[in-house]
Amino acid sequence: MTLDTTLDRAAAGSAKPAARVLAVDGLTKTFMMYHLDRRLPGFDDVSFTLAEGEFLLLSGENGAGKSTLLRTLFRTYVPNRGTALFHMSDGGTIDLARAADIDIVQLRKGEIGFVTQFLNARPRVSAEDLVAEPLVLAGRPFEAAREEARRLLGAFGLQPALFPAYPSTFSGGEQQKVNLARALIRPPRLLLLDEPTASLDRTARAALVDRLARMKAAGVAMIGVFHHPEDVAALVDRDVHLTRQKIRENADVAE
Amino acid sequence: MTARPMTVLPRLAPQLATAAPLLSMRGVAKRYGDVAALKGVDVTVQPGEVLGIVGESGSGKSTLLRAMNLEEVPDAGRYTLDIPAYREKDLFALDRYQRRMLRVREIGIVYQNPHAGLRMRHSSSGNVAERLVVSGERRFGELRRRAKDALIASDFPIARMDRPPVELSGGMQQRVQLAKAIALEPTLLLLDEPTTGLDVSVQALVLDTLKRLQRERQITMVLVSHDLGVIRTMADRVMVMRHGAVVEEGLADQVFQDPQHPYTQQLVHAKL
Repeated sequence: MTLDTTLDRAAAGSAKPAARVLAVDGLTKTFMMYHLDRRLPGFDDVSFTLAEGEFLLLSGENGAGKSTLLRTLFRTYVPNRGTALFHMSDGGTIDLARAADIDIVQLRKGEIGFVTQFLNARPRVSAEDLVAEPLVLAGRPFEAAREEARRLLGAFGLQPALFPAYPSTFSGGEQQKVNLARALIRPPRLLLLDEPTASLDRTARAALVDRLARMKAAGVAMIGVFHHPEDVAALVDRDVHLTRQKIRENADVAE
Repeated sequence: MTARPMTVLPRLAPQLATAAPLLSMRGVAKRYGDVAALKGVDVTVQPGEVLGIVGESGSGKSTLLRAMNLEEVPDAGRYTLDIPAYREKDLFALDRYQRRMLRVREIGIVYQNPHAGLRMRHSSSGNVAERLVVSGERRFGELRRRAKDALIASDFPIARMDRPPVELSGGMQQRVQLAKAIALEPTLLLLDEPTTGLDVSVQALVLDTLKRLQRERQITMVLVSHDLGVIRTMADRVMVMRHGAVVEEGLADQVFQDPQHPYTQQLVHAKL
């Protein structure tokens, strides 16, 4: 078993039970590396559930499979076993472990978000337009979306003079602010966070925690990996601890 | 002892994206003499989707694109596009004239080599207008206006619209091809190594134009390239081809970060 603690620090004062967002059961990921002729473990037999407005922290040492689990839920990695039943906004359910690729493409456009440390800057697109884009795609009028983008970029501490500039020329810290603003401008139903506080200054870190707190209050369910979990301690409801899998030479891991 | 692969979970039929596929190909096979260029390939593309096809030279990816463009009719297989007059019709069964009309009206293509798609010594605006003429437009003012619009949409510097492609840079020639391809607002845009051979900075700008067009017009695109970076930037889904067959198909980020087939792993690791 990988999952050895589920600490309940939950929801003081929440009267009605929140609706379920995700039920993960026995999810397992192993990588087969053909050029090494061996299997590399990702994570094994992970189970948990997540409700609206819940914040779940993934803990465990380096190599325990925390980021791998996030990427598997986003389906950048394909799992080998288990289910990850996602309850959509419209009340329907879909198993993220087996859903068709084109369904995943659709879910990524609104229902499921992923925040990483890295910005995929595009040439000749200004910071404010890059951030506004998810809202524009969702149907918000262009000027209103841009206004919201400026507000969020300002909250993350980006200099207003840089709003109309191209982020490809920005420093790493500035790019990360643009990246976060873009990823967080439109609240998804499920948000996956892969060390978003890395390389952030204090202003940006505070703005991020504030933004996450608002999203949580609005019902967004979150699963996060944090290098410094104390940054988000006030938001965490539960903790899923992953333990590192042994790498066995030419072994059949977990089968 | 050899490690046995642990199989990943099979994917289910689409549950959310239930619109009819825009493009559907089944069992497409083509031989050139002794060489089987395509060995029964299936392709499905949803409306508004960007499908990337990767593979080395000789993998069959360009043959497949030529079949999509109805330039070549394969030995076997069925091809349908979800457009009103042709729904449910096997496009490979159309006669040469019908294929040509369908190609002009519904399919745009950008080739790696601009000589394949353009008259190099005619004006750029004339190259774009030619598409419109073939479709039946004869009014000069209308031709010029629509050609200009297509060139602007392709980020072509409009002051140079009457210069012939032969006098333009490689990146500008590709923009003329793109303007010609989108002038009639095609149902399907095919891109055959559209940025191969361009300087890296120029390549990024052309890809940016393609991304913007895709976003603004929701054009369905099929992009063939041996350049994984180009595919990664553009595509929602990826098909990996080898020796005339599809060895792997998946979400673009998944194929590049968690490739399942030994050949794809080799391809991805070789390029990183």
